Amino acid sequence: MKPAPFAYTRPGSLAEALATLAGDPDAKVLAGGQSLVPLLSMRLAAPSALVDINGLPDLDGVTVTASGVRVAALARHADVLASAEAAAVQPLLAMALANVAHPTIRNRGTTVGSLVHADAAAEMPVVLSLLGGSVDAASTAGTRTIPAAELYVGPLQSSLRHDEVAVSAFFPALAPGAGVAFEEITRRQGDYALCGVAALVDGASVKVGYLSVSDVPTVVDLSGIPVEEMGEAALAHLEPADDIHATADYRAHLVRVLTTRVVRSAYDDARGRR
Amino acid sequence: MTTKLVGTPVQRVEDQRFLRGQGRYVDDIANDPSTLHAAVLRSPHAHARIIDIDVDEVLDLEGVHAVWTHDDLAGPMAEPLPLLIPHPSLTHGRTQYALAKDEVNYVGEAIAFVVADDRYVAEDAVGRIRVSYEFLPPVVGIDAARAATHLVHDDVPGNIGARMEQHNGDAPAAIAAAPHRLELDLTIERSACTPLEGRGTVARWDPDVNRLQVWSSTQTSTGVRAAVAVKMGLDLGQVDVITPDVGGGFGVKINHPWPEELLVPMAARALGRTVKFTEDRREHFISSAHERGQVQHIEVGFDDDGRLLGLDVMFWHDHGAYTPYGLIVPIITSTQLLGPYKPGAYRVVFESLYTNTVMVTPYRGAGRPQGCYAMERTMDAIAQFLGKDRAEVRAINFIQPDEFPYDHGLIFQDGRELEYDSGDYPASLVKLKALVGWDEFPAYKAEMAAAGRQVGIGLACYVEGTGVGPYEGAHVHIETSGKVKVATGLTTQGQGHATVFAQLVADELGVKHEDVEVVTGDTRRMPYAVGTFASRAAVMSGSAIHLAARRAKEKVLRIAAEALEADEKDLQIVDGVVSVKGSPGSAIDLGTVSVLSNPLRYAFDEASKAATQFSVGDPGKPPVAEGEEPGLEGRDFYSPERATFASGMHAVVVETDPETAEITILKYAVVHDCGNLINPMIVEGQIHGGVAQGVGGALYERMAYDESGQLLNASFMDFLMPYVTEVPDGIDIDHLETPSPLNPLGVKGAGEAGVIPSAAVFAAAIEDAEGIPIIAMPISPSDLFHLRQIHAKEPS
Repeated sequence: MKPAPFAYTRPGSLAEALATLAGDPDAKVLAGGQSLVPLLSMRLAAPSALVDINGLPDLDGVTVTASGVRVAALARHADVLASAEAAAVQPLLAMALANVAHPTIRNRGTTVGSLVHADAAAEMPVVLSLLGGSVDAASTAGTRTIPAAELYVGPLQSSLRHDEVAVSAFFPALAPGAGVAFEEITRRQGDYALCGVAALVDGASVKVGYLSVSDVPTVVDLSGIPVEEMGEAALAHLEPADDIHATADYRAHLVRVLTTRVVRSAYDDARGRR
Repeated sequence: MTTKLVGTPVQRVEDQRFLRGQGRYVDDIANDPSTLHAAVLRSPHAHARIIDIDVDEVLDLEGVHAVWTHDDLAGPMAEPLPLLIPHPSLTHGRTQYALAKDEVNYVGEAIAFVVADDRYVAEDAVGRIRVSYEFLPPVVGIDAARAATHLVHDDVPGNIGARMEQHNGDAPAAIAAAPHRLELDLTIERSACTPLEGRGTVARWDPDVNRLQVWSSTQTSTGVRAAVAVKMGLDLGQVDVITPDVGGGFGVKINHPWPEELLVPMAARALGRTVKFTEDRREHFISSAHERGQVQHIEVGFDDDGRLLGLDVMFWHDHGAYTPYGLIVPIITSTQLLGPYKPGAYRVVFESLYTNTVMVTPYRGAGRPQGCYAMERTMDAIAQFLGKDRAEVRAINFIQPDEFPYDHGLIFQDGRELEYDSGDYPASLVKLKALVGWDEFPAYKAEMAAAGRQVGIGLACYVEGTGVGPYEGAHVHIETSGKVKVATGLTTQGQGHATVFAQLVADELGVKHEDVEVVTGDTRRMPYAVGTFASRAAVMSGSAIHLAARRAKEKVLRIAAEALEADEKDLQIVDGVVSVKGSPGSAIDLGTVSVLSNPLRYAFDEASKAATQFSVGDPGKPPVAEGEEPGLEGRDFYSPERATFASGMHAVVVETDPETAEITILKYAVVHDCGNLINPMIVEGQIHGGVAQGVGGALYERMAYDESGQLLNASFMDFLMPYVTEVPDGIDIDHLETPSPLNPLGVKGAGEAGVIPSAAVFAAAIEDAEGIPIIAMPISPSDLFHLRQIHAKEPS
């Protein structure tokens, strides 16, 4: 479990990092390393070079405004989770982040890294999708904003180009009167969920995001459907699968159970905020 | 008087070091750039013939020093690895080669061995080896092995390595004549020890003295030493094996020699360099050992009270691709299944079967969890059938306190009679029922049901044969500083031997606990030893150390009596000072006694002057009296007639979520009887760890092999060893101390106990909560969800 050889650079400026990435299509960005390093060690990934962005200035921090929470590329999950301001503006962040792995992993892993790793079993891509957030990506050609709806294109695949660095993500604030909730079922605390559900309700609007029951982070608009039937309705958009931890049928069952539970919790949350 | 330490919760002397990261494991040995590192090419296929191995590209890689395949091995090294424990019933035992010869039989089997400047380069080199295979059909799982449509080994018909039967009385006839009969079919899946430190070996050849030094993360340094010497054609005296700190064993490291334990020394001698192999996690999953997988069929006959009249058990044991550790695991299942009960007539038959999977060798509990599961599920089934209390049915079958020694009329794993030495099962049950609130549970269950919650309770009992022979030894040396150095040959994997063995010596010799230093698992210090397994360290080495300390004390008293001109009977040793009782002025410290024990010609410091030829001794007698030896030492061995039988009972209360089928532990209670307690805190620690591992085996862990023999969960991401968040917050423990008559300390083993009843006790509790028979373990929420669906459709 030792990585294959790779070049390692730790650029001092974003421009330098972007130039390196532009010159080497097989280079990968290293931030928290919580997904990438195990892949390297198991030799499931063998990039030519790692561009370590941990030395870059101005990519740290969580910025909170009335419109939402901006998380810079080097902010760790633990930084976002610790921000009371962020939790006040968008409570779903803390609700979901508490379920991201374990404290040691949250201390190293970055939220933006998790977003662009695009794992449909991860919490934060679903949260970004549900909230309609976005990721800002920089390259030598400039900076662009990728809406969540355009970010996730396939299993473990984002629309981020190889020459881009995701420099920040933006999670919109919770609208007045709206409510959110999050729950997942895991085998062990901190494991990837067998099924996870995030809900955003605002008046008659009900949107629900799902993790671990589809190939890509999936948000389903369940507005207008009786709450007991929402899970069944959502299953039309999901593809729960068998694996060694749970059957597809059990996961589908969890979709039904959790959808009802989480939507109700989101309405409770909305009422509690009035 | 010095306060007696045995029986008290002395703090572990090891923990400061371990908690501060100062433990020294095999991978910490020879940590300098001159050490070479090994990596192993392992079979990616479960069953294949090797047509060709092309290593041409390997040596081109900078930093690679050598590569070996089976073709490069010579002499005993090219022969199969030893079958450690032969048995007449093991008619078709097979072991692998250090490097595969012609055929591979499981994913992970070693094929080639590369040594390079570092592990990174070694793995790069492994990636360059090209092997051509002819695929053979894999045999995966007990059903496929029994069907024997395909064979693991061409020359083993039916995939049957062994078939063994033992009986006491005529069980089929007793069952046929019984008022009531039941049959049960049960399965239990594979798990594994998964110590946090995997296997590892370092070897250094010293050409100046023609000696080999080996460090290995093993549970038997003497076993590794003997195997290395034989395989390398060395005299035993040329090989030292040292076991440094070991990060867990749980059984997997008692098997030996692992291929790398031979290949690393071979490479070190061939290359004239220190060579290190450190197993990584994936390798541990696919190339070490697993345990537990069995299918069981039970027939039982009983009377109206639930008393067993006849018990007839057939089980099929999956031993994987090879049988280096013989039949120990299934023999233990077949005998220890009986637990604390009198079975009436008993017959047990097992078949030990080959499959194209990682081999099976003992894992903490070593076949007992499966046996306990079979017996305790049977007890629950009888209680259910008769509508009786489950504890009552157990109690009526207990061996009674006045029936010891109790001979089951069977042969145990050590080749000796299965004869229980002592125990008090009725007293244990009384304690357990009080501890868990057994009699109050029905009311609690009803109260919870009214609140929409489902809870269930289960209990399970076991008896564990511990402290098997053949022997252990000890050496106690009182230095001229007054400090006491103790050596025993078995190894330590975190049990706290340095603490408890020092307690024994401190009490016997009358010295301070901190003045006793214990060394284990170093063949230079104690070359005669067996190993750490079968919950035997306290019983075997503890007894040997106690006896050796007594011998040292006898010598202390002889010398001190002469020096103090007093009678031995009037002497006492307190805090390292020998004095005449009642005359405190007349005293000599142990260091001075040690000086006097070794008559000197040359003084090398102030203290030693006292032992020189013009200072001491009767000029008319030899300086070393006849029958004496110089030095203040004691050495002794302990070798029992048979194992001593510890026992215990667990109870658990679980809650099952009516919607998600999640299983939550609400309460866990243990009553444990390992005879006299040397250190209750350490015994409780063993129970805690065992229960945690048992929770893993019952609710989380399984070896997910697919039909082609690939292990799909060979990582801690997918093999669900429980975290601290999954084990009970608290474990209620009560002890009973029924001394063993077989050893001078009256102790019984405690290391494995905590894990034995887990599958049985969780199955019982979940069954009680759900009202659905639980016949397959482990069980996950997904499994429970499906069981509910099946039973909703077909109410039983």
